[in-house]
This record gives sequence, C-alpha cells and structure tokens, in this order.
Amino acid sequence: MSERQNVLHVENATMQFGGVVAVNNLSLEVNEGEIVALIGPNGAGKTTAFNVITGVYQPTNGRVSFMGKPMICNHPRGKMAKSYKGENGELYLHEHTLAPTPDHITKLGIARTFQNIRLWKSMTVYDNVITAKHMRAKQNVFSATFRTNRKEELRMREETEALLREQDLWQYRDDLATSLPYGLQRRLEIARALGTSPKLLLLDEPAAGMNPQETLELAEFIHQVREKYKLTIFLIEHHMDLVMNISDRIYVLDFGSLIAQGLPSEIQSNQHVIDAYLGVVEDE
Amino acid sequence: MGKKLQAAVPAEKKIGNLIAVVLIAALYVLLYLLDNVLPVNSTTTMLIPVLQKGAIYALVCVSMNLLNGFTGLFSLGQAGFMLIGAYSYAIFAIPAEQHEAVYQYFEGGAIQFSIPQVLGNVLGESGGAFLGAIICLMIGGVVAAVFAALIGIPVLRLKSDYLAIATLGFAEIIRALFMWNGLGRITNGSNLLRKYTSFANMRFQVGGTVIKLDTIFPFLIAMLGILTIVLLVNSSYGRAFKSIRDDEIAAEAMGINLFKHKMLSFVISSFFAGVGGALLAMFQTTVQANFFRSTMTYEILLIVVIGGIGSISGSCIGAFLYIACSEWWLRFLDSGALPIPFVGGEIPVPFFRDGFRKVVLSVVIMVIVLFFSRGIMGDKELSFSGLIRKIRGKKEAKAAAQAAAGEEDAQ
Repeated sequence: MSERQNVLHVENATMQFGGVVAVNNLSLEVNEGEIVALIGPNGAGKTTAFNVITGVYQPTNGRVSFMGKPMICNHPRGKMAKSYKGENGELYLHEHTLAPTPDHITKLGIARTFQNIRLWKSMTVYDNVITAKHMRAKQNVFSATFRTNRKEELRMREETEALLREQDLWQYRDDLATSLPYGLQRRLEIARALGTSPKLLLLDEPAAGMNPQETLELAEFIHQVREKYKLTIFLIEHHMDLVMNISDRIYVLDFGSLIAQGLPSEIQSNQHVIDAYLGVVEDE
Repeated sequence: MGKKLQAAVPAEKKIGNLIAVVLIAALYVLLYLLDNVLPVNSTTTMLIPVLQKGAIYALVCVSMNLLNGFTGLFSLGQAGFMLIGAYSYAIFAIPAEQHEAVYQYFEGGAIQFSIPQVLGNVLGESGGAFLGAIICLMIGGVVAAVFAALIGIPVLRLKSDYLAIATLGFAEIIRALFMWNGLGRITNGSNLLRKYTSFANMRFQVGGTVIKLDTIFPFLIAMLGILTIVLLVNSSYGRAFKSIRDDEIAAEAMGINLFKHKMLSFVISSFFAGVGGALLAMFQTTVQANFFRSTMTYEILLIVVIGGIGSISGSCIGAFLYIACSEWWLRFLDSGALPIPFVGGEIPVPFFRDGFRKVVLSVVIMVIVLFFSRGIMGDKELSFSGLIRKIRGKKEAKAAAQAAAGEEDAQ
C-alpha cells in the first residue's frame, strides 16, 4: 500500500461550530486507486468532513493535503482560540493559513456529489455535463461571446458527448435534468462530477434512496468508473452491504471522532463499531 | 473535425437563423420606408417615437434579464446605471460653443470639448456626429461598467433581497450625487443637460440625397446590444451563469468561480444599461438626474416579469407592448373622451381623466401577474428553428397517423 501515491491526506482536522465540535481531530489517508469509505451513525460528522475537504467549511484546526501538497490549513484564531475544545490546537500555529474556495479545490482535481441531489434544475442533461467543463476551457468572456473559441467549444462538446455515451445518458441529453428517474439523476450527478476531470471523486451517500437491486448496480458502476477514469474514490455511505462490497478500506466516525479504521472484514468484527451502531448494553 | 461541427448544427437551426436574419432585415427596411414614405399624420408621429423608445427599453430590459433572469441576481440598480450612461454620454457630446449656455450656473463647466465635434473636424459634420455618438455611447457604457465593478466588490457578496436593497440604494445615491451642486461643473447639478448630439444629427449628405439614419439609429444600437447578450447567454459563460442561478453550491463545487462570474454578469449588464441610458438621453434630447428614479427600475423589472424572466424575446416583446400601452394606446384614458376608431369623433366619458390610464395599466398588470405569472414567454425563446421542428413534428405525426390508418384500411 505504501508505494502508492498518497492522494488525500487529512491531518488533525477539527471543525467546531460555536461550542459544538462536529469533527474532532480527524486524520485519514486515501491512496491512489483506492475506494475508501467513511461510515458512521447519523450526525457523526461525515458530511461535515466532506465539506471541510471540499472547502465549503474552513476547518477550525488541521491540514488537508492533496497529491502531497498542503491544500487547506488552519488553526484556531480570534475568539475561537479561547473557546477551542478540540485537540492539537497548537500544531499548525506557525503554518500559513490556506483557505481555498470550493471552485479552486475542484480545479485542483477533487470533484464531489451531494447527499440530496443538486443538479441544475432548469438545464438539460447535456448542459449539466458541459457546464462542468467550463472551468477547464481555455477561453475568456469575449472569445466565448464572439465565438472565437470554436476549438475549445468543439472539444468540450466532444468530451461531453463521449462522457454521456459512456454513462448511457446520451438518449436523455435533451431532457431536463430533473425529469430523469431518481437512479439516473444520481448517475448524472456522478457524470457531471466526472466532467470536471477529477483525480479524486467524493461521493456523498450515492446509494441513498435506492432499492437493493439499484444498490448492487451502483457498486458495479463505481468499480467501472474507477477503472475507466483511473480515479481514487472516497465515499460516505449508509448501506453496509455496499460499503463492505466495494471498499478497500473503511474509516468509522462517531460523534465527530474516528473510532475505527481498517479493512472491511476488520470493521465488521470491531466491537467499537458494533457499539456505535447498535448501542452499548449496560450491565446492571 | 470541422465537418463534425457542421453536422452538429441541425439543419432546422440553420434555416431558423436564416429566417430570423431575413425577417429582421425586412423589418428594418419596412421601418426605413415607414419613416421616409409615409405621410406625416397623428399616427406616424406617435408610431416612430414609441417604437424607438420601445427599442431602447428592450435593450435595457434584456440587460436586466441577463442579471435577474440568467444569473439569478436580483438587482434593482438599473436606473442608476442608466443615469451614469446618460450623463457620461451627454457630457462628452455637448458642442463646445454650447457649454456656456448649458452650464450657465457653473461657469461653463469643466469639460470644454465635444467628441462629435473633435471627430467632425476630421470626418465632416455628419460623420463626426455619427461616429462621435457611437464613441460617446461606448463611454456611457464603460463608465457604467466601471461603477458596476466598483460597487460589485462589496454588493455581490449579498444574496437575494439584500442585493436588491443594496443596489436600489446605490441607484438612489448616484441620483443624489449627480444632482449635488459640488459636482455641478461636470454634471450641471440639478439642471438639465441639453443640446448634445441626438438622433436628429444622424443624417448624411451623399451628393444630392440625404440619408436619414435618425429613426433607425436606436434600433441598430439596441439590436447590436441584444445580439451580443444573446450570444453571451448561449455561450459557455451563459451556461455557467444559468448554473449559478439554478444552484450556487453545485456551481461552485463544479469549479465555477462564483464571484468572478457574478461580477462578469453584473458588469456586462450595467454596460448595456449604460448604453441604454445614453440612448434614452439621445431620444429625449435633454437629460436630468431626477428623471432616473427608482420607478424607472420598477418599470423595467415589470417589463422583464411580463415578458418572462429568463426569456430574451419575452423582454423585447414586453418592452414594445408596455411602452406602446403607456405612451400611446392607453393615452385616451387620460383625455376625457373615448375616440371612435376609423369614423372619427369622440364619446365623452366622465371618469376618463388625468391618471386614469395608470389605474387601467395597474389592473392589466395585476391580471398578467395573477394569470400569467410566468410572463408572456415563460423562460422559452421565440425561435424559428423550434417552430420548424414543431411543424415538421406535426407533419410526421400526421403522416404516421395516415400510414396507420392506411394499414387499417388495408386490413
């Protein structure tokens, strides 16, 4: 495992909202080509962890590196310095604060999907995907308006067509994104994320609301996506079948803290995890 | 590769574009003929100015639609940017010898040259007026855009209603600022700016004949502006704008820099609002800051809503309809009598008095908002390619039905 390149490295990430520590001292690694899952009971802070990685929230403390380079870094400051409840508050005190916006992080090569599907509602399937290509196109507003970017536009169209065909969405290209059935909307959201040419794909509960059959297909689909686009995948998921089926490694989060990590088989028999999910039987 | 692109553009779209171009050209020819051939009577004296003002409003409404309808930024600063455009235009287009008269309370003003005149020295009077007016229009647009860029830095961090309040406040501040006597040597305080180059100066003497461009000038500029916005909306940037409108968080997660794109939309919209304001100044031949009140912004917003938020053709149709109603068709409601069409004469109606027009207009607007809440066009566009596709689809359906019927008959 160690010879593989480290894609995502989260170190001591803490996210505190007022007095609530949503994520506490989270450290994890995702290596190239892996499928890593982050699981945990409701309210454990999984989505918050995702939002920290994608720049939606600036962590209160901690560092996130992408492809070996520090991408996000912060330490408790101002009022937070006094009310900070997490651990390792002094670790990054003398490092540069890095707080890129989500679009910047996407440009570095991290794409994500959302727990509650966030497609662009009034746009067609085709437009949804081609808009994700906008960021990487070499053009400016004048060349785009007066059509001197023909080559770039053509390249975007070709790539979009190829992507939609690969994802079996080409026949729906002129439909509104929201008119698709639920499962296809999920797939379209993944296709849109792939449109940004990412190196790392973050999936936030991709199987939410799917029946067992669809979940099985999704597992197959995620595997295919990884092989085809040479991606690293980091996902949050509730369906244990899916998680155990597809992940190479699993991290378990409970009340904001990491309680276990390891191979699926290890996690299945881990007492902490069972306690977190099923509750502890208290002896009299 | 080039072949593939051609294949990607469907045939009906090409035909549709061709029809649109031909139709627009025909409209311009018609307008030119109307202006030059038609005898002067009460109808023509009303028709041409109403169409001109309609064209100017169409440009301003489309520019507002770019911001409100396509980028989802609810801004109410349009009148402010129009004012900046109008003043920037007028200040640079007042002939040098008229400064003394116009700026009579401010020692003849600070700026002592006029761009149309400077150009006129080189190109001749009419050429200078034409080119100078276009340059001054551009200045009007650019100054409005610069103001938009400056004001956008703080204001575009706000969302929805708060943005509307901030931009509305900005427009009012600008109006007050332009009326301030301290700036009087430039803006002429609360007095009128006048005697600058207007539509009437757009006449060329070629040999013995006079080419009159004074009627067509605003239509040309408005069409160029609207065309640019249409091209922008259909480009990659337009798609990015729409994605911001639909879901900001998703747009940002897909790598679209929110601030940059919002700023672009705001600046471009303000540029065209500025040009529209300058055209309005040309149309009116006098300009005063007090004219650009927030009511004007509401008027424009109303047209955008009536036409359909997110529809450029809707905004254009709405602009012409609204201006025709408020300036012409509903005028009789103020006159105290109902004119009888074609026959002549009037029937006196007691409650047709000053201001009644506004009552009726308000009722019409309420009806529209209640029963056509998505506007005339919704977010659809008037397109000939779509029309062709529809007709063709119907024909195919008919043919299929006939074929099916034929088969049944055979059986």
